[in-house]
Amino acid sequence: MAFHPNVRLRRREIGAAYGFLLPNLIGFAVFTFFPVLAALAISFTDWDLLQAPRWVGLGNYRTLFTDPLFGQVLKNTALYVLGTVPLQMALALGVALALNQRIPGQLFFRTAYFMPVVASTVAVALVWRWIFNYDFGLLNSFLYMIGVQDPPNWLGSTRWALTSIIIMSVWQQVGYSMVLFLAGLQGVPQQLYEAAEIDGAGPTARFVFITLPMLSATTFFVLVIGVINSFQVFDQALIMTQGGPANATNTIVFHIYRNAFQFFKMGYASAMAWVLFAIIFVVTLLQFRYQRRWVNYD
Amino acid sequence: MTEPDDTRGGGVHELKSEKTRYTLTNWLLALFLIPTALVMLLPFIWMVSTSFKLAGAVFEYPPTWIPRPLVWQNYPQVVEILPFARFFFNSLFVALSVTALQLLTCSLAAYAFARLRFPGRDALFLGYLGTLMIPGQVVIIPNFILLRTLGWIDTYQALILPAAFSAFGTFLLRQYFLTIPRELEDAAVVDGASYWQIYLRVILPLSGPALSALAIFTFLGQWNSFLYPLVVTNSAQMSTLTVGLNTLQGQYNTAWTLLMAGSVIALVPVLLVFVFAQRYFIKGIAMTGFGGR
Repeated sequence: MAFHPNVRLRRREIGAAYGFLLPNLIGFAVFTFFPVLAALAISFTDWDLLQAPRWVGLGNYRTLFTDPLFGQVLKNTALYVLGTVPLQMALALGVALALNQRIPGQLFFRTAYFMPVVASTVAVALVWRWIFNYDFGLLNSFLYMIGVQDPPNWLGSTRWALTSIIIMSVWQQVGYSMVLFLAGLQGVPQQLYEAAEIDGAGPTARFVFITLPMLSATTFFVLVIGVINSFQVFDQALIMTQGGPANATNTIVFHIYRNAFQFFKMGYASAMAWVLFAIIFVVTLLQFRYQRRWVNYD
Repeated sequence: MTEPDDTRGGGVHELKSEKTRYTLTNWLLALFLIPTALVMLLPFIWMVSTSFKLAGAVFEYPPTWIPRPLVWQNYPQVVEILPFARFFFNSLFVALSVTALQLLTCSLAAYAFARLRFPGRDALFLGYLGTLMIPGQVVIIPNFILLRTLGWIDTYQALILPAAFSAFGTFLLRQYFLTIPRELEDAAVVDGASYWQIYLRVILPLSGPALSALAIFTFLGQWNSFLYPLVVTNSAQMSTLTVGLNTLQGQYNTAWTLLMAGSVIALVPVLLVFVFAQRYFIKGIAMTGFGGR
């Protein structure tokens, strides 16, 4: 901090600073900062909100790692992330590359891809539930029409329920990544393509040797954000399947919700929320760690 | 369409005249994109189509896209069955209040972090940043307990206040304020302006893009928020649209026409905002990476 020649002015600045800060700081302390600390403390207790919390140390965490249901919940969430993120990113990149050209109807296309992003998940999850309906849904009607005799009972079968939610989520998220990719593509210098063309590089070579490396910083960003968001999937699971059938679509956040607000196991649910944080943190850290191998920041 | 493209940072294309001639490849590309764009729009079309059908007509095979007969009754009916007007008002009131409060408190704090020197500034800012990494599900449990202790469950305070002081908003605005050249403030300082006047007359007027991005995404996030209102409300009177819609699903499980009419009602405001503020959305996302879920 620089030396302030006038003590009175300096005092005035400090006073003003706290004045500006205070409204936000109070709210931040009450609704974010202390709750974070409280959540940590609660996770070491057994608390149903009726009786006083009972200290159990690491008991909740120990229970978590021996609970086969939590194992399945972790697996479901991991499968969801692995299914949604790469697919969504690949489609978004393809669309962004196409829309980066000057094509007719650009505004229409951009709006079409982006509409699912702004729509409320609850509202669109309802229509997807109807689309996936076994007897009368749009999807199975279409499958009958093209001659599939025995279409899956999408949301009603343990085999297809998670896939259905992945399909819906990919549909919903493509537009968001597309916008990020489009912004990234603007940063690729046109001269590189011109030079490559002169050297006789075809479209594939230009894509592999110019676009992909120049876009790697954006790709990294889209990946990190996509993974973080996907680990927190909840709305779809509640609206479309209530975590079922037989927990096939039970995700970490859905499980937290159920334990905290339906079974009132506050300590257990808090412990789970911290495990979710730890997973997201480690996965993100690993991505940052290994980005040097493929991300190009020139 | 020859509208200038907002995500383009300038360059080659802008030198060309407004009337661009498309090459054959570009027409083919557009042709190729049409089916995929239709797939994106199909659920919306299906939603609207179903909302205008008679309850019995939804189980037709093959599915019909244009309802025959086309009926309006699902809309008045869904408004009647549930206090839909109340849900709508709750969503709107909460989303607008949170947005206004965030713009105010975050911009004030951001100004202090960006421009004023005070003891503990860097440590405090680090504290703000640190909480950004912690998923919302971690704090929702202690917040629920806090609101319950205060007797605020099922009130507007519970829906509004916890979201009104976002660390993210503060961070976003601080980063933007830092890019404003200090020289612009110097003249005001020489004139003896107070910090408050500088914030009000210099910083805020120059921060339109950042403030509008924060406003749009906060509004949208609140309008679409589900888990949080689900947890802190329990009466129909205090439900927001998202929670109300989910209730409708539980009560009338197969009333697809009503469900779809309700969904359309929930979507119209955000889609309108989106269509009119499209440039801000896309710029905002490109600028902040915000808006994902």
